[in-house]
This record gives sequence, C-alpha cells and structure tokens, in this order.
Amino acid sequence: MSEEVIKTEGLTKVFNKHLTAVDHVNFSVKHGEIFGFLGPNGAGKTTTINMLITILKPTEGKAAVLGFDIAKQDNKVRNVIGVVPQEYTADEDLTGLENILLCADLYGIPRDVAKERAAELLKLVELTDFKDKKVETYSGGMRRRLELACGLINRPKLLFLDEPTLGLDVQTRTATWDYIRKLKKEFGMTLFMTTHYLEEADALCDRIAIIDHGKIVVTGTPEELKHSLGGDIITLSIKEDPDVTELIRSINNVKDVKKENGSYRIKAEYGEVTAPFVIEALRREGYTVTKLMLTEPTLNEVYLEYTGKSMRDAEESREAFRSQRMTMRRARA
Amino acid sequence: MSKLNEHHPSKFHGIWALTKRELKKWLKEPIILLMSVLQPVIWMGLLGKAMNIGNMFSSSSLSLPAMIPIPGTSLIPPQPGDIYGNVYINGTDLSKMFGDLGPTIMGNIFGVSDYFSYMSVGMISMIVMFTTMFSGMSIVWDRRLGFLNKVLSTPVSRGAIIFSKVLNAALRAMFQATIILALAVVFGLQVSSTFNPVNILALYAAVFLLCLGLSSVFLALALRSTKMETQMAIVNLINMPLMFASNTFFPIDLMPWWIKAIAQVNPVSYLTDALRQLTVYQLDVSSLIFDFTFLGVFAIVFSAIGIALSWRYLTK
Repeated sequence: MSEEVIKTEGLTKVFNKHLTAVDHVNFSVKHGEIFGFLGPNGAGKTTTINMLITILKPTEGKAAVLGFDIAKQDNKVRNVIGVVPQEYTADEDLTGLENILLCADLYGIPRDVAKERAAELLKLVELTDFKDKKVETYSGGMRRRLELACGLINRPKLLFLDEPTLGLDVQTRTATWDYIRKLKKEFGMTLFMTTHYLEEADALCDRIAIIDHGKIVVTGTPEELKHSLGGDIITLSIKEDPDVTELIRSINNVKDVKKENGSYRIKAEYGEVTAPFVIEALRREGYTVTKLMLTEPTLNEVYLEYTGKSMRDAEESREAFRSQRMTMRRARA
Repeated sequence: MSKLNEHHPSKFHGIWALTKRELKKWLKEPIILLMSVLQPVIWMGLLGKAMNIGNMFSSSSLSLPAMIPIPGTSLIPPQPGDIYGNVYINGTDLSKMFGDLGPTIMGNIFGVSDYFSYMSVGMISMIVMFTTMFSGMSIVWDRRLGFLNKVLSTPVSRGAIIFSKVLNAALRAMFQATIILALAVVFGLQVSSTFNPVNILALYAAVFLLCLGLSSVFLALALRSTKMETQMAIVNLINMPLMFASNTFFPIDLMPWWIKAIAQVNPVSYLTDALRQLTVYQLDVSSLIFDFTFLGVFAIVFSAIGIALSWRYLTK
C-alpha cells in the first residue's frame, strides 16, 4: 500500500453555486499518523471530511482515500474507512450492542463475526457492562465511545473523527484522547480528525493543517508550527553586571536577544535544548545564572497568527450550528 | 485488527438491517402502535356507528298515518264519512315497502347492506396513508440526527436506504391492517358470501402495493428536506384530500365531477375497492384485477422514481 493514505488535489466544494466551503485544498495524510484539521467554526473542516467519506460530492478536484478515488470508487472507499461523526448517531431506542450490530450489518459482516467483534470493541471502549442498556440512558462520554466502537466495526485502515470531543467534559475528553492514542499504537491505524480545540490537536496530532475560509493556511507538526512563529522565549538573569548580549547571540539556535529591566529575553529555536547551552556558555565565561524561565509558544498563538482574531460564529451556516447544538445537548443529556 | 474489511453487504442484507432497526424501534414503543390503531377505531365509532346511513332508509324513519288520502283516485273505496270523496292507500303497507327499499338502496349505492361494513374497510386505506406518511418524516429525522449521514458513509446502497423505509412502512401497515380488520369484525363488519380466508393474502398484497407507491412518494418529497415542519405541512396537505377524494368514506358515483376526477386517479380508491372486493362486496374478479393492475403500476412507477431520486439526491 502506498504511504499516502489520503491525497487531495484541488479539492473544492461550492454550495448553491456561490458559497465556497472548501477551496482548492491540497494535502496528504501518511500511513499511521494522526492528522488533524484545525480551524474555526465554518472553516470547511466538516465539509472536507464529508467529501472524503463520500457523503458529499466534490464540486471540483480529486481525492484518493487508501488509493480509491472518492468520486469514482466511492463504494470501495466506504468499505475500508471508519467514520465517527460529529453527531451522536447511535439510535437512542436501541441498546449499545444492538447499535453496534446494526453498524456491522451495514458493512455486511456476518452475524457470528459481528458478535465477536462487538464484544471485543465493547471491551475496548469499556461499555461491556452497559451493552444491554438503551442508548438514551448513556452519558455523553459513553455515547462518544459507542460511536467510536461503531466506527471500528469494519476494522478500518483509516478512521475519520469529526470533532471527537465536542461537548464533552475535561475528564471524558482526556479519556477519549487515550482511546484515540491506543487505536494508533495498537492497531497501527491512520486517523484523520477535525477539531477546534487547540490543546486537542496539540496533544494528539502528529501533523496539523490549519484551515480557514476553506483554504489550508499552514501544514506541519505541532512543533514545526510553533517554531514557525520564531521559537521559544528564554528569560534569564545573571548575578554579574556586564552585558552578555553578544555572547548569548553567538550560541547556536539563538535568534534574538534583548536586555529588558536587567534580564535577558532570548528568542531561540528548540528552547528546551538551547537553554542548557546558554547556561553552560555563561558559566564557562564565569557568569552565574540566577534565574531562568522558558516559555514555549502554544498552538494558541500559532492558531491566532494564521486565522486572525475575529469571531466566527456569525459566518457559520445555520445547519452546522443546529447540528452542533443538538450534539452538545445530547452530550449533556 | 490490521486486516481490511473483507465483507461486502449484499443489497438485501442492508435493506433488512435497516428495516429491522425501525421495526425494533416500533415494537419497543407499543404506545405508538396503540395510538395509530386507535385513530381508525375512533373513526369507525364516530363515523361508522354514530352516523348509520343504512338506518335512514328503514321503515322507522318513515312514520306514515294508517290511511293516506290520494285525491282523485279510486284505488280504495271511499271511506265512510269522507265528504270529499277521496280514495286511500294503506300507509302501513307503504312504510313497509319503503323499509324494504332501504337495503336495496344501500346495496346499490354502497355495495353493502350497512354503512359500517363499507367504511370500516376504508379505515385500512386510512391507516396505510398515515403509516406511509411517517416514512417521509423518519428520513428527515434520520438526517437531523446524523444517522442518515452515518449510513451514507457505509457501503449500504442508497436504494437500500430508501427501500428499507418503504418496506418498514409496508410491514407496519400490514400489521395494523390486520388489527383494524379484526376489530371491525368484532364491531359488526359483515363479510360477503364470496369471502374466503385466502382473500386475506390478497388483501396484504394490495396493502403492500399501495405502501410501496405512497411511501416512495413521501420519501421522494423528503429526500432533501431538513425540516420536520415542512414535511408535516406537506403530508397534511396531501393526506386529507387523498382520503376524502376517494371512496374511503363515500361512493365515488355520488361525487361531483371534479372530485370524481381526482378520486378516479387516486390510488387510494383502488386499494379501498380491492379491499372491499375481497371482504364485504360480492367479488367481481375483473374489477379486482383492474384494481391490482392500477396499484401495481402505481407502485412500480413511484418506487422506481423514489430509488432513482435517492441515487441522485441523497449524496449532495
């Protein structure tokens, strides 16, 4: 199998002839990685995912998922991917187990195999004890886990997760992250996820694409993106008086040094690696470092740098808003 | 877990899985079944029993005096004391004559001797209409909950998604039709002398055909809709005229030409007629065949349209 699990070329979706939701997007997802689509509400994340999982037809451009063309071989794509949608799609009137078996039926998995896998998956998402309870009694976190189990029933090579932790509390969110990491580690699965939580992208994703107004503005690992802003900030003070600005500037990876109120503000790439070098260099020259602080730029700053700071809620389509609200409501139920 | 999914769903596998889901939901809420059966039962009581049209033509609705004077005739010799020289006919006999006319009039107009038998069979058509209209609603609901999108992302064929809804409506309607028919018999439905238990199978077939056609229509209307309200308005708009501009309650022959025109192309009329042929009428095989042909063509045409539209419009 090719290394590229997803590859898009100029993927575009225009709604009602004038609303461009996704605008000539190019990216590729490598085998075995967690790829995150990060962007504000209405940026085109879900539209992109919906095209890749073949429930929306692209207006223009091409995309291949596991080597299959999403427009021409859509049924082949559907068979090999798993989808965990943003909404809670499990049927509330059925039990957890019945829901998983329904999903299995939709993939044509024979009943005996399906039962075996369902038991396995229920164990994975820790719902075995609740499998015979109606889904309407489940909490938001349990529902999300059930969705996860349903998305895995066909043993997909590639799993799509659309806002996997929308509306969940911090504990459940962290637990969900653990499941996602487990999937990657234990099953070597490739995951494509969308999120608008920065810490989620930072914690989970191997690579991130920031999307805004339907266009990808930047792609890279979370580290690369943070460094693209110019690196970490090391703030230090020394006991001695003389100005050591030039000395510090000569150290590898240091990009800029400023003396402010008696302390030095150093802009450096790979701050955690560079800081010991700075201390060592100063000590060798006979200076004593009295105070040192390392600040890493967060994805927050990266995000705001690329997407701007204006509020986006007003631009969101009504349908997306409605479905999101519904999901949040059911998550809290 | 590294192996790819090696299974592929057959068409029927998907249809049956989705149908089973809805049937399960339905069976888990017996209250819905109760309510949907209750409605035609209320109609049977209020319209079929309270307004007993057959009684209008009975002797008791004509209370004539014992002797009726008829001027200028001489059928009966002048009565003593009649100073005008009138002749009389026997009113009691006349009442009896009119009374005997009742069943004949009912038979000629309604085809049965009592109105209850006529309209209670029509209630089966009504339940078919109300059950099928919910199939349209349920696809809107599935879309709103995201279930539809989820199913669309699985290898299940688009046609199967639609067809499972149709099948579900048909199975429900057939089940409810059985209950209605049984209740109608309990309440006094009189089957004709040509009735044969095997007719029940043909009755199911007729119900199935109309369900196929009607739910395809309602589903096609709902394919792109995201609002329950729109869908409700549509089905309400369609259902009432469909019910009254048919022979469900009253015979088509008595209707003004413009309602008659609608009733004669209304598939509900053909279902109702087929059902009556099979139960309360003296079976007329040629009109039964015609009813089935009409229902069959209607079912094939509209389910084909529904499935074609689902291929085109379920994926935007």
